[in-house]
Amino acid sequence: MSALISGPHTHAPTSVSIVMGHVILALIPATAYGVYLFGYPALFLVILCIVSAMAAEAISLFLLNKPIRPFLLDGSAALTGLLIALTLPPWAPWWIAVVGCSFAIIIGKHVFGGIGQNIFNPAMLARVMLLIAFPLEMTTWVIPHPLFSPTALSFSDSLNITFGSGIANLDAVSSASLLGYIKTELTLGKTIPEIMQHANYDPLTSFIGMKNGSLGETSGILLLLGGIYLLAMRIISWHIPVAMLTALIAIPTLFHLMNPDRYVGADYHILNGGAMIAAFFFATDYVTSPSTKTGKLIFGAGVGSVEYLIRTWGSFPEGVGFAILLMNALTPLIDHYVRPRIYGRTYLGKPIESPIKSDSK
Amino acid sequence: MKLFNFHKPIVGGVHPIARKAESNALPINVMPMPKRLYVPVQQHSGNPAVPEVDVGDRVWKGQLLAHGQGNISAPIHSPTSGTVIAITPHTAPHPSGLPILTIVIESDGEDRWLDNVMPIDPFGMSAEQMIDKVGQAGIVGMGGATFPAVVKLRLSRRSKVHTFIINGGECEPYMTCDDRLMRERPEQIVDSIRIVLHATQVERALIGIEDNKPEAIAAMRLACRHRADIKVVAVPALYPMGSAQHLIKTLMGVEVPSDGRSADVGALVHNIGTVYAIHKAVRFGQPLVSRVITVSGGVVKQPRNIEVPIGTLLSDVFEFAGGFEQAPARVVMGGPMMGYVVPDLNVPVVKGTSGILALTAKEVSEQQPMPCIRCGSCVDACPCGLLPLQMAAHIRSDKLDKATEFGLVDCIACGCCSYVCPSHIPLVQYFNYAKSELADQQRAIHKNEETKKLVELRKQRLDREAAEKAAAIAKRKADAARKKTEKAS
Repeated sequence: MSALISGPHTHAPTSVSIVMGHVILALIPATAYGVYLFGYPALFLVILCIVSAMAAEAISLFLLNKPIRPFLLDGSAALTGLLIALTLPPWAPWWIAVVGCSFAIIIGKHVFGGIGQNIFNPAMLARVMLLIAFPLEMTTWVIPHPLFSPTALSFSDSLNITFGSGIANLDAVSSASLLGYIKTELTLGKTIPEIMQHANYDPLTSFIGMKNGSLGETSGILLLLGGIYLLAMRIISWHIPVAMLTALIAIPTLFHLMNPDRYVGADYHILNGGAMIAAFFFATDYVTSPSTKTGKLIFGAGVGSVEYLIRTWGSFPEGVGFAILLMNALTPLIDHYVRPRIYGRTYLGKPIESPIKSDSK
Repeated sequence: MKLFNFHKPIVGGVHPIARKAESNALPINVMPMPKRLYVPVQQHSGNPAVPEVDVGDRVWKGQLLAHGQGNISAPIHSPTSGTVIAITPHTAPHPSGLPILTIVIESDGEDRWLDNVMPIDPFGMSAEQMIDKVGQAGIVGMGGATFPAVVKLRLSRRSKVHTFIINGGECEPYMTCDDRLMRERPEQIVDSIRIVLHATQVERALIGIEDNKPEAIAAMRLACRHRADIKVVAVPALYPMGSAQHLIKTLMGVEVPSDGRSADVGALVHNIGTVYAIHKAVRFGQPLVSRVITVSGGVVKQPRNIEVPIGTLLSDVFEFAGGFEQAPARVVMGGPMMGYVVPDLNVPVVKGTSGILALTAKEVSEQQPMPCIRCGSCVDACPCGLLPLQMAAHIRSDKLDKATEFGLVDCIACGCCSYVCPSHIPLVQYFNYAKSELADQQRAIHKNEETKKLVELRKQRLDREAAEKAAAIAKRKADAARKKTEKAS
């Protein structure tokens, strides 16, 4: 039977676990920065998320009678866990991590049929579920408490935050995110210039990431570096991030120019919330994004536009999760209609005209 | 999208690890004549050749062993002088590994050509005669397609072909036989190009060579420097540049219509090996009885290019190349991208064998397939603009019509998609399976229609016979009645 093996008899040095490994590697700077910025609770969350995602994966595989080892070690569950951790408020309690990761793996992935079969990005699905189910825990944004700094948490306080009853003065050390703050103030009838006077916003600091926010979403520059690494390693293509960020720059700029009192500029949208991590790590999820270049451009632009729509006129300050899930749902449709042109055929699939008529026909 | 692709003549494609340095440094060696040669009667696409010799016959090198039958076929000649010791089914160098009729020759060690094989002046012949020579020599596409060369030459003469493309792409990893031919025998190749241009009345020739073969490019440029109508073009080293459709796109900027062939865009494409064989046939009257092949792979002690008589068993060739360092994990005929696994080493080298590879498990790097993660690498790699992942999904759920709608018939089985797949899904295997299923279905439909036609014809015949019978009986009756009345009167 060996004779019926088709070529190729050689293979590019790649595998699912190598791909997942590169993505995890690309997230390490942002993760490390998050741990530095928010202390041990952040570290606990990262470990908890990865462990519970992998445990949920192992249990699901066992219940579904699928081979456990190859799937557990392909890195996809660990990556889902890490991604969820990065979107969580850094001092979120342990059960948020466990519930979110179990939900992502069991409901978001295995109910659909396992790796490659899910319609929605499991990590995004978990984040949105948590946001709706536990709005208080999911919007408690602590101000940075960098490790080794005077404000750093003690180890026992950290344990208490993640696994115990929390600390007494949580309100004193947390504040609204910039996006949330602007949204609230706008509803009070203030103009953007008025709001910004008290917002304590500096684009550069924001880009570096010294601010409150989700565990791994604060540092735009480290996420950008991770994204560039993935681009350089050809793990992702430029189409989705570029289309998404272009939409998220062009549309706000347009509105800002029309009415600067009501609409913030593009830099706020790019540098705050989950825009950067979404552009490079969530929207580019293979399984849930289109597989053609044109499809990817449509998808990316869609995510950017919907994100802006929700942030600006929706009831949530941050809309990137919903934007991605919505575009995830549209992906099968995009993939059905957007196909590349086949060699020797027109875009409509008809054979191209022969430039000369030969006698052979 | 074109804006970002202007430096890339074809969409998709991959850069597989070249592994050409293993075999391209040494000159072509000539293989000593093995004791026995196994010459299959089918070494070309089309109808098998029909043996003209019997067991026990004395044959000379170049003597006709089997003649072609039908329009698409090719004759087979004896690769050496000796005796026909058997005409028997033998394992064929074909993906199926099934046996086909093979003429076995025992060499007499003299390697004597048939008397009428001698140098001729091709330009003293008519164009028709030149083309006939190519047909009589049994030359087929030696890049692996094995389509009879004469058919393409005739077609080019009849139709409005204006460009003769010489395919020096040789994009398959490991393969360097065309490279060595171009470096060592450029004059002969240019001579052959002149012959083809003359015979087909085609205006110009373009020699497309991948830019990873600078020595070959230089040698060919030097050899054709006095010919304004022959041009060497360095093309980017990008698999599958050696695919005729993609080389045409690169050199001429046009695409072959999906329902057409090269001639429809005015191109005639021949591989370097084929062109060299045409030179030997038309200049020297030598039929195609040997070819240069690349012998390489991780377990081969002395990888190199060898001129091998057609019909030499792989075991003999590998032995000449120093043997194996360890047992090969896979032995492949052709390149690693599109070649096929041979069942054992008792398979002969045939006209379409561009190389034989004995690979280590590491080189093959086979892994357990994982589910598709929809990464789209296959879409980016496909040089035909297909969506391999979608096609595979439809084939997996047995929806062949859907897979066809996604362009299954436009797949050239180049293997780019399988090569890049991180899940190690054997996509080409899926497509080959689906194509053969489709062919079976079409054959079944055809058979059904033919059966219907036959039944209809039979019915007509029976009706006719019944009518004739009835008429005959009526006539007999009438005759009898008439006789009766005649008698009575």
